[in-house]
Amino acid sequence: MKCLAYLPTHDGQATKAGLEAVSYAKKCGADVVALAIGALNADGGVGSAGASKVLHVAQDLQDEAQIARAVSEAARAEGASLVVAPHNHVGRAVAPRVAVRLGAGMVPGVTGLLEGSTVKRNVFSGKAMAHVSVDSEVKVITTTPNAFGVEGGGAEAAVESFAPEVGEASLKVTGFKASSSDGSVPLPEAVRVVSAGRGLKGPEHWGIVEELATTLEATTACSRPVSDMGWRPHHEHVGQTGITIRPDLYIAAGISGAIQHLAGVNQSKVIVAINTDPEAPFFKAADYGIVGDAFEVLPKLTEAIKNLS
Amino acid sequence: MKILVCISKAPDTTSRIAFTEGDTQFDSNGVQFIVNPYDEWYALVRALELKEAQGGSVTTITVGEADCDPVIRKALAIGADDAVRIDANPTDALQVASLIASHASEGRYDLVLCGKETIDHNGSVVGGMLAELMNASFVSLATSLEVEGGVVKATREAAGGLESVEASLPAVVSAAKGMAEQRIPNMRGIMAARTKPLNVVPAGDALQAASVAKFELPPAKGDCKMISADQPEELVRLLREEAKVL
Ligand SMILES: Cc1cc2nc3c(=O)[nH]c(=O)nc-3n(C[C@H](O)[C@H](O)[C@H](O)COP(=O)(O)OP(=O)(O)OC[C@H]3O[C@@H](n4cnc5c(N)ncnc54)[C@H](O)[C@@H]3O)c2cc1C
Repeated sequence: MKCLAYLPTHDGQATKAGLEAVSYAKKCGADVVALAIGALNADGGVGSAGASKVLHVAQDLQDEAQIARAVSEAARAEGASLVVAPHNHVGRAVAPRVAVRLGAGMVPGVTGLLEGSTVKRNVFSGKAMAHVSVDSEVKVITTTPNAFGVEGGGAEAAVESFAPEVGEASLKVTGFKASSSDGSVPLPEAVRVVSAGRGLKGPEHWGIVEELATTLEATTACSRPVSDMGWRPHHEHVGQTGITIRPDLYIAAGISGAIQHLAGVNQSKVIVAINTDPEAPFFKAADYGIVGDAFEVLPKLTEAIKNLS
Repeated sequence: MKILVCISKAPDTTSRIAFTEGDTQFDSNGVQFIVNPYDEWYALVRALELKEAQGGSVTTITVGEADCDPVIRKALAIGADDAVRIDANPTDALQVASLIASHASEGRYDLVLCGKETIDHNGSVVGGMLAELMNASFVSLATSLEVEGGVVKATREAAGGLESVEASLPAVVSAAKGMAEQRIPNMRGIMAARTKPLNVVPAGDALQAASVAKFELPPAKGDCKMISADQPEELVRLLREEAKVL
């Protein structure tokens, strides 16, 4: 099976989400060719993750319609029966277009390997899983960030330049505003997350949350009311109507654990709940729990982690 | 400006999730259905705001069977002018997108809005497919939306921040949190919705390539290990030695 992986890059290097997509295809048993667009240093690090070749489009494309044309043309040229991309902001815009262009069935945000024509994904915001079967010869799959890990140890991939017919752009990027100045990993891709809710009582108390997050090299998140009240920005809102995450470690302080909140976080590998109320529903979904005041527990926890090293 | 808003029904967020027929069908027994929150809170409300500011019309479209009518009436109560329901029981996003495209193509609408995903299938796929099928531009995960002089000006979620983009019409925009504030329908809206047109059209040919073979519930969670509030070192030790995440 041949696979074309769309590889988002940053400063000439493959992004982690892109490498995960490549590793995923490799684990599915595919011979993987990656497509990179814009600046690229050597093979962008993709050979190590398992790609045998990189098709490089030198022109920097911003419109996903154009990127989709490039991906589709590359998939046809390589005779790929599988196209993969990360299920993040770019993948969500590119992959559906590619599926239409290739007449392919698409399975978004998978959490399992492609076995025959069936692949597993989360549905009902993480409350269930579905095994989706795809009838078409070509299949388009987007991979859930932080669900598969990145393979290493492969040889450097050959880089070939590629000049697809991408047509006119219908969209252009006119600006960018970073959401965090601290350079932490974006939430959907974060390996560790420290999250807090209404129990923190006001935005002025977030220092203890941020300190724990910094110490753990974690990203901060919050419950919905916290972002609705403007205590924290919208992009930190996790849950059924916010962002769905699956970090290795999720620490929730002062969050009750309502079903809509849990839906977005219950795929985390390990959950720690900190709450003054021993009956808080979060303790039913957590692996470790502390009944206590977040204002006391969080600083102590930060201290204990600092003492580790 | 003529705006089309894609509306989907979804189980209420507190629904018990269960399956029937050998785990091949969602068990809707006793389940309350709502308008998919992203469609209602953000896509529909922003469409209404644009209409209020600039004139035009807001039509909703739903691919589904008659059991969708109550949520469509809710969208009409919030303020949409009329509704289209394509009568089909779709199994796949490609099918939904191609049925909507068959109605929305040929320049019938300037702007198509949809929610960023549904809370049941969580696909995030219909908008992008629709844009490709309609040969329209596509802004995904938009957190704000303006249309000025025939140009879509939006911000959207991007790696580590928000990107500002400009796109040409016709456009498809998928709506994320931040685009608008939820509106609660008032009594007048609810009364008016009863007589607003809800046009049911038969489904024509559609593309279709994927379907759910089987659903599965996650394994039951083990017990939560409780640690005393004075012993954060113990938690750290467990996270490192037992859970191996530090
Ligand atoms: C359609 C719909 C969609 C929704 N989507 C989401 C979603 O995506 N994400 C989401 O989060 N919510 C969502 N909600 C809201 C959800 O139902 C809850 O209301 C919300 O998660 C509660 O947030 P919270 O836990 O921060 O606040 P609360 O419910 O007020 O809980 C605060 C908790 O903090 C504890 N506490 C208080 N003081 C302290 C202290 N000093 N130290 C430690 N603990 C303390 C309390 O015991 C309590 O458990 C949705 C609701 C609906 C109806």
